[in-house]
Amino acid sequence: MRARIFGLENEYGLIFFPNGRVYLPMEKILGYIFEGLIPNSWPSNAFLTNGARFYQDTGCHPEYSTPECDNLHDLVTHDKAGERLLEACLPVAERRLKDEGLSGTIYIFKNNTDSMGNTYGCHENYLMRRELDFWRVTEQLIPFFVTRQIYTGAGKVSKVAGKAHFFISQRAQHIHEKTSSSTTSSRSIINTRDEPHADAEKYRRLHIIVGDSNMSEPSTFLKVGTTALVLGLVEEGAGIAGVELEDAVRSIRDISRDLTLKKKMKLEDGRELTAIEIQRLYLDQVARYVARLGDPEADELVAQWASVLDQLEREPMGLGRTVDWIAKYRLMTGYMEKKACTWDDPRIALADLQYHDVDRKRGLYYLLERDRQVDRLTTDDEIERAMSTPPQTTRAKVRGDFIKFAKERNRSYTVDWTYLKLNGYWEETILCMDPFAATNKRVDELISASR
Amino acid sequence: MAQEKKQAKRRESDKKEETTAPNPEVVEKGKTLKKDMDELLDEIDDVLEENAEEFVKNYVQKGGE
Repeated sequence: MRARIFGLENEYGLIFFPNGRVYLPMEKILGYIFEGLIPNSWPSNAFLTNGARFYQDTGCHPEYSTPECDNLHDLVTHDKAGERLLEACLPVAERRLKDEGLSGTIYIFKNNTDSMGNTYGCHENYLMRRELDFWRVTEQLIPFFVTRQIYTGAGKVSKVAGKAHFFISQRAQHIHEKTSSSTTSSRSIINTRDEPHADAEKYRRLHIIVGDSNMSEPSTFLKVGTTALVLGLVEEGAGIAGVELEDAVRSIRDISRDLTLKKKMKLEDGRELTAIEIQRLYLDQVARYVARLGDPEADELVAQWASVLDQLEREPMGLGRTVDWIAKYRLMTGYMEKKACTWDDPRIALADLQYHDVDRKRGLYYLLERDRQVDRLTTDDEIERAMSTPPQTTRAKVRGDFIKFAKERNRSYTVDWTYLKLNGYWEETILCMDPFAATNKRVDELISASR
Repeated sequence: MAQEKKQAKRRESDKKEETTAPNPEVVEKGKTLKKDMDELLDEIDDVLEENAEEFVKNYVQKGGE
């Protein structure tokens, strides 16, 4: 696979249930969460020693942006590290509230929808080469993004005309355009935000806002992995032509509602294909491209992608260990059978939220994990390490080492994706424009000089 | 009262977690999938918050990106 930088941004749902009747603005709760995470420095320095960024996003959501990663294992680990960091803040923030006489419980959900139809996102970022024709690339990628929900969707119970149904994707019903520059009013499959955080003559950013937040590690792995493969293929100039959907926005919603995975989508050329068949068109071309590379990681990824599509075709419910929506669906249908209740039962709506609880004692995904019913790609030790240690092969290492250095010396600092600065008498700004560079001469000098 | 009982239950399951040695292969081979699911479904009620309807109704967020 071509060397590529990618990262995930998750906006989390946040709510406080007080014991008794008190009103507390969410800003205040979020403030305490951040205090647990970055004592004394919120909101100025939201970058962490693992190279990640934490901040308050639109709509008062805590948002965790993973550090730059160049391999899928690091990405899955750092995405989980974000959950753990927030989980660790919960008792700290609850204690702070209690000190003020406000007892209650804070919940943080890694999902994308609330009970009123509001949505918040999981954004994927892929560094891509600038010289490509962006519009041609997006046209070729859209049918892929419309259909990949069959193995990346996180599942959602939602009411249609007063009756609850299970949907494959959290996000699909909130997508209104194919491409757009807006992320909040008219959400699109591909967002045109172009901040590469790198040399903008060489690179641009591919900003994907159509995906769901995943609890399942294999789902995150497949989501980013297959996308990176398809992007690699398109960057090679290989056209994936003739897959254009007649109505991409309608298709994404139709696929999300069809748990049989058999519904045919209309293509512009008149053909009708299922989501699995469209995915296979991409897989076949990617497989041919990857066969030439001699890259074991890419080979493995292609094999897994093929196996997941085969399984979806034969017996989707067999993928409960791998795919979020299937894990959730099996859990809910099992529960419904036991309780003799329907999708409309409030406990099912609650389970739909609690599947995504980052508190591992409460989260239903973590109930499955404890019972060894879902596949893992990381270990708890790796995740814990990633809470404070950056990926070792990208710019995140430079940033993480710099922040650790500044903190150890109690120095105030200003950091962004592309620069580092110690505030005060030594005011040199260190530019880090290359996200692939895991070392920086100036940072090395700074750290060794003070030893 | 109910809340306290629930907390106690949670602490019990915490303890269980600590003493169970993670050995996925043994667990996988030892149980059928169906049986696994049955046991797990029993645990859902321990974990689910009590007033489901109220909880869900109140879970309202401002729209994000």
